[in-house]
Amino acid sequence: MAQKEIAGKMIDLDENGYFTDPDQWSKEVALAYAAEHGDTLTDKHLEVIEYIREKVKSGQTLTIRSIGKSGIVDIKGFYKLFPGAPLKKATKYAGVSKPASCV
Amino acid sequence: MKKLVILGAGTGGTIMANKMRKVLERDEWEITIIDKFKTHYYQPGFLFIPFGTYTKRDVIKPKADFIPIGVKYINAEIDRIDGEHNKVLLNDGVQLNYDFLIVATGVRVVPEETPGLKGELWHKNIFDFYTIEGTTALSKFFKTWEGGELVLNIADNPIKCPVAPLEFVMYADAYFVERGIRDKVNITFVTPMEGAFTKPRASKVLGNLLKKKNINVVPNFYLERVDNENKKIISYDEKEVPFDCLITIPIHMGDEMVERSGLGDDMNFMLTDKYTLQSTKFENIFVLGDAANIPTSKAGSVVHFAAEIVFENLLCAIEGRELTGKFDGHSNCYIETGFGKGALIDFNYDTEPLPGSFPFPGIGPFGLLKETRMNHYGKLMFRWIYWHVLLKGKEMPIPSEMYMAGKKL
Ligand SMILES: Cc1cc2nc3c(=O)[nH]c(=O)nc-3n(C[C@H](O)[C@H](O)[C@H](O)COP(=O)(O)OP(=O)(O)OC[C@H]3O[C@@H](n4cnc5c(N)ncnc54)[C@H](O)[C@@H]3O)c2cc1C
Repeated sequence: MAQKEIAGKMIDLDENGYFTDPDQWSKEVALAYAAEHGDTLTDKHLEVIEYIREKVKSGQTLTIRSIGKSGIVDIKGFYKLFPGAPLKKATKYAGVSKPASCV
Repeated sequence: MKKLVILGAGTGGTIMANKMRKVLERDEWEITIIDKFKTHYYQPGFLFIPFGTYTKRDVIKPKADFIPIGVKYINAEIDRIDGEHNKVLLNDGVQLNYDFLIVATGVRVVPEETPGLKGELWHKNIFDFYTIEGTTALSKFFKTWEGGELVLNIADNPIKCPVAPLEFVMYADAYFVERGIRDKVNITFVTPMEGAFTKPRASKVLGNLLKKKNINVVPNFYLERVDNENKKIISYDEKEVPFDCLITIPIHMGDEMVERSGLGDDMNFMLTDKYTLQSTKFENIFVLGDAANIPTSKAGSVVHFAAEIVFENLLCAIEGRELTGKFDGHSNCYIETGFGKGALIDFNYDTEPLPGSFPFPGIGPFGLLKETRMNHYGKLMFRWIYWHVLLKGKEMPIPSEMYMAGKKL
């Protein structure tokens, strides 16, 4: 585990760059963290991120398919927002741990 | 009379019917089990049918053979559970009351969820081996196939027995070598995951095995649709993989009964406490096997380990004691790697598969995370154990809780 300063705050990250404490998250931190990875977050991105945080807080497993059913974006739209590995990127910026949807 | 009702007479439901009938007094407890089908399939055997190792006959038996005397077996489709009123409604209008309920309705594959998958080429050039219909159709196709692009695609997770697709491609490699046409068959494994398997250590070992066997891996591929005309699978981010023969592992969902009952998540998996195995909505409903949304593999071995926890907790609940059983997500799988060899992995919620030996530390006889002949025999032996020991709810020589002895960190 390592600490990293993002947007002026000390954040605990695991070896893959996921937050270990979701309470350290804020919108400013998310914007800065995404910028470091070369991504600019729009309101749409943030809406998806809020949805992910809600889901994870209620203890539900997260899948790409469930985000496609969120009513915020469809799966294609989700890929457009976070190209490449959408679930990985989105959960990273949402300040939650790596999704355990696949076992 | 008090009533225990079990939904689904597959692996889990059958085990529980046998276990509970042995301990619940017959003059106090009525046990009923319900299933819409009359045939019990040994699903792990589906893997072997396309390659001619097993035929349909080897994997089917009447369900009734495994239901003990003193358990009422109803052959009907379940419409839904009315948890508020402790009632189960069947499709034919019959209603059953229960004091305790066990839900073991498993999962089903839903190719209809993917556009084009169940199109023109379905069971002509596109096959699944997760159903008896798919695996027997594929067995016919392979007999005369002369080669080309053989593509296996996993549409999404979770799936039953996450190692089965890997076994399939390794078995296919051996099969086409033996038929002398391996040079005409290009095998590609296309997965939504980052690598060959979900857990990092195992993924590395298995990834190397695939490379050694000349099997291509296309990772991070999330299937959107199938183009029947041009024989291509296409991902959400417009990646394409052409095929001559497509082996699909379609999207898995829980039974629609779960949705109608309002007890599931958006994939119709029962919302379940991952430690107590109770429904998170009703304390007198327990969930066993593939039907649960718990974060472990959907596999027969998990069903076996979890059945011991459901058994313990159900007895606690019946006797009004605090629940003492706590499930750790224990899973172990034999992995067929072809040419008479196999590997074995063992893991739980917190520990990923590690090398070592199983079940006896240092001795085995089964090697963890490595290819051995003994592991292959383990898998073949499992069919006998399944019919004769597992379904009947007898003790198996493997503890339900995973232990670390014999594993190399
Ligand atoms: C190809 C393949 C290979 C596999 N290999 C392995 C392996 O090597 N090792 C391993 O451990 N596991 C393996 N598995 C997985 C294993 O077979 C399953 O995990 C296990 O059978 C699940 O048991 P279950 O009781 O949860 O569900 P099931 O055994 O599937 O039973 C569910 C039952 O519920 C019934 N049902 C569902 N809905 C209704 C309804 N509405 N009304 C009435 N009845 C209903 C169904 O008819 C079915 O009989 C494999 C599976 C497949 C497909």
